[in-house]
Amino acid sequence: MGNFSRRLLLRSGGALVVSITVPLPVSAQGRPAQGKPAVGPLPDQLDSWLAIQQDGGVTVFFGKMDPGQGVDVAIRQIVAEELDVAVERVAIVMGDSARTVNQGGASGSTGIERGGITLRYVGAEARRVLLDLASQHLGVPVDALHVRDGVVIADPAKPVSYAELIGDRHFDVAMQWNGVYGNGLVARGRAEPKRPGDYRVVGTSVPRTDIPEKVFARHQFVTDIRLPGMVHARMIRPAVTGSVPAAVDEASIGDIPGVRVVWKQGFLGVAAPREWDAIRAAGTLKVTWSPVVPPFPGNAGLYDHMRAATPIARKELVKQGDADAAIGGAAKIVEAEYEWPFQSHASMGPACAVVDARPDAATVWTGTQKPHFAAIGVARILGLKPVQVRAIWTRGAGSYGRNDAGDAAMDAAVMSQALGAPVRVQYMRAEGTGWDPKGPASIHRARAGLDADGKVVGYRFESRGFSRTDIDTNESNPAHSLAGQLMGVKLAPIQEFGIPTEPYQFSAQLRAWETIPPLFDRASPLRSAHLRDPVGPQLGFASESFIDELAHAAGADAVAFRLAHLQDPRAIAVIRACAERSGWQPRVAGGSPGAGPVAPGRGFAYAQRGQTIVALAVEVEVNRTTGRVRPRRWTVAHDCGLVINPQGLRLCIEGNIVQGSSRALCEEVTFDRAMVTSQDWVGYPILDLADAPDAIDIVLLDRPDLPPSGAGESAIRPVAAAIGNAIFDATGVRVRRAPFTPERIKQAVGVPT
Amino acid sequence: MTTHIVLDIDGRQHAIDADPDMPLLYALRDDLRLDNPRFGCGLGQCGACTVLVDGAPVRSCSLAVSAVGTGKVVTLAGLGTPEHPHVLQSAFIEEQATQCGYCLNGWIMTAAALLRDKPHPTEADLRDGLAGLKCRCGSHLSILRAITRAAQA
Repeated sequence: MGNFSRRLLLRSGGALVVSITVPLPVSAQGRPAQGKPAVGPLPDQLDSWLAIQQDGGVTVFFGKMDPGQGVDVAIRQIVAEELDVAVERVAIVMGDSARTVNQGGASGSTGIERGGITLRYVGAEARRVLLDLASQHLGVPVDALHVRDGVVIADPAKPVSYAELIGDRHFDVAMQWNGVYGNGLVARGRAEPKRPGDYRVVGTSVPRTDIPEKVFARHQFVTDIRLPGMVHARMIRPAVTGSVPAAVDEASIGDIPGVRVVWKQGFLGVAAPREWDAIRAAGTLKVTWSPVVPPFPGNAGLYDHMRAATPIARKELVKQGDADAAIGGAAKIVEAEYEWPFQSHASMGPACAVVDARPDAATVWTGTQKPHFAAIGVARILGLKPVQVRAIWTRGAGSYGRNDAGDAAMDAAVMSQALGAPVRVQYMRAEGTGWDPKGPASIHRARAGLDADGKVVGYRFESRGFSRTDIDTNESNPAHSLAGQLMGVKLAPIQEFGIPTEPYQFSAQLRAWETIPPLFDRASPLRSAHLRDPVGPQLGFASESFIDELAHAAGADAVAFRLAHLQDPRAIAVIRACAERSGWQPRVAGGSPGAGPVAPGRGFAYAQRGQTIVALAVEVEVNRTTGRVRPRRWTVAHDCGLVINPQGLRLCIEGNIVQGSSRALCEEVTFDRAMVTSQDWVGYPILDLADAPDAIDIVLLDRPDLPPSGAGESAIRPVAAAIGNAIFDATGVRVRRAPFTPERIKQAVGVPT
Repeated sequence: MTTHIVLDIDGRQHAIDADPDMPLLYALRDDLRLDNPRFGCGLGQCGACTVLVDGAPVRSCSLAVSAVGTGKVVTLAGLGTPEHPHVLQSAFIEEQATQCGYCLNGWIMTAAALLRDKPHPTEADLRDGLAGLKCRCGSHLSILRAITRAAQA
């Protein structure tokens, strides 16, 4: 806490949070965020980023956080490297809106790619300042000094440590910054960082510090926060989407000790001093719900509904030449449509948040990925100023985008203000799976023409889906929360989707998307939002399945066909590395489907997400009798520039492959006309250990000459396509609707019995 | 309506007054502040709340606190400490085998019982014996490696 007090005193004269005037912040997506004052320390001071204690320990203040892939370790390595301090002596404070600069939170796989840029400059600048101080202290020119683990040495007889030079004191050194809050923020000092060739800590597998805490049951999750006077709350959701409470019979729970009801328009929750009592109350409270017409088509009618819907936005993001004319004149035309369902975050634990709302301030403990923006959102829903709210990121169950955490924080805030007590809201499983924001469903239509040599001469790829941001991933607007929508805040939907980004060289092409209206316009269990690699898995499934179909139509090997249409040397290197490591022998896919009950096949797919490139080869078995698809062996080639921590990267890639397999094989939100019906792990199964692969062989293409790029979401993108391509190879049948559930596979390729 | 209940948790006796129908999970977390068993589903489907009762893995979200009786409950915190770690705890650290870690109680407590009954399991034994446990981060293979490492220790 010493740091915290010191830093706050530095900036605010002792107030709990910091009030500052800054240029208008820009949200993570680059949209102007007018009227949203910043929270957190100013980026233009070195002291906002780093402190050195009297004991020589270094504390880094990081405005993002680690949801479980070890980003914190990588940042500590980057700073330790620049500072020449042992990485064990570098501690990190993450995602506390009062203590860290708003770097946008965990978002878009930018923890290292964007967040690390500034922290690298910070480490370098701190070292520069410390060497200047040492030079004065020792009376020796800077270029005669060197540093060994935080000790500056010119003459071995008179070393001086960083702690002696600055321990517990301020740097008072200005940083230049680009005026952009969120993921785009970059701050730097005068110092030039080290050359990668000189790295000793970056590039090594420093272990995570949270894992021992977790396995010894000593790690604090947001679920474990308790405050004096805190009450436990549970929310009450309607059985029919759109229905709101018309009458609430508080007497029906009158026998539960200390129970209280909070009812504001559509918002309804109960709270009690004991958690079990809150759960009982939520299950017992008699509510009369308003009659409404069930709004959904039901998942069986989803794709028909989507095809018939009128788009509300369309963007043609890549348009080169006349694709239609080129396709029309081609020797061979290939067409296909692919379908991807709504998917749930289905986080391991339903969301939890604790809020202590007072008349003039509020503190929020939340597992959100965007604590700074969550502080702004809570301020707005409570009628406070953003500077009056502090959001403290506290680890929740692993999150992969805008899951239910943001809604829980808003619910807890509303409950706490209404009850005048700190409130802990924890959702039940049905809310975590049934009511979380969903990854959007989509349909992808592809059409291409091949010339006589099997080269693509014209290509069209158009997606039609629900927007990826019915609910913005930025939590600063109550319109993007269940609580806000239930209390009548005007909606603010944002139309976004995406296109495939692999740089195939097609001379004439169109890549476009269009979005259709949400199935229901407020507090919908099918509202869409960012789920890991937002719209990437669906785009990758369709686009890389279609490339495979083109290769087949061209009579070409899947790897050779891709290479024939690529010029990017990094992409070519990744694809070749994957093919080589997997022992890929060129042949046309699906040529000799196995006749037995278990058909083996192999598939290939590749993806480029930002600057990160991934190629996958997979060997699967398709059981025609049971419909079970079992990806057995994966080979991954992965280039994300400079590798900071190889072990962390490998484990992150493994998680992408396994989670991606789950989404490809198991995951589909089901719903009837009234409600999402997949509300638990039976209704929404994820990949079981029994179906996990035998092995994932990973080739890392380290590129010390390139900056590190994101790895948190890249490898998930081509997983479904690789499996689908392998199913085709195994059976000769192309499955164009995900997920590849046993029922669907039996229907598509099963042997009639 | 509350009942006086005595529980034997991690080798210590605790007395609480609670609704006899309340699941053991809430007694551990809210009455005894043993936070490591976690609420994942409340339906016995995921394993995040797993503890051992008389050596058998039990989903504490689905066991009434009054049904524990004289059973000896062991939580992850009682399995081992940094000074005296259980072999599984050491192996999970060595393999860096978790991401968010919210699911860990299920895997470690279930594996502890499995390894006690079958010290040299095959991979098929592990996949079968740990079936049904959930991990949303997709850490399945590192978890398998950790348990295999523990079995070989």
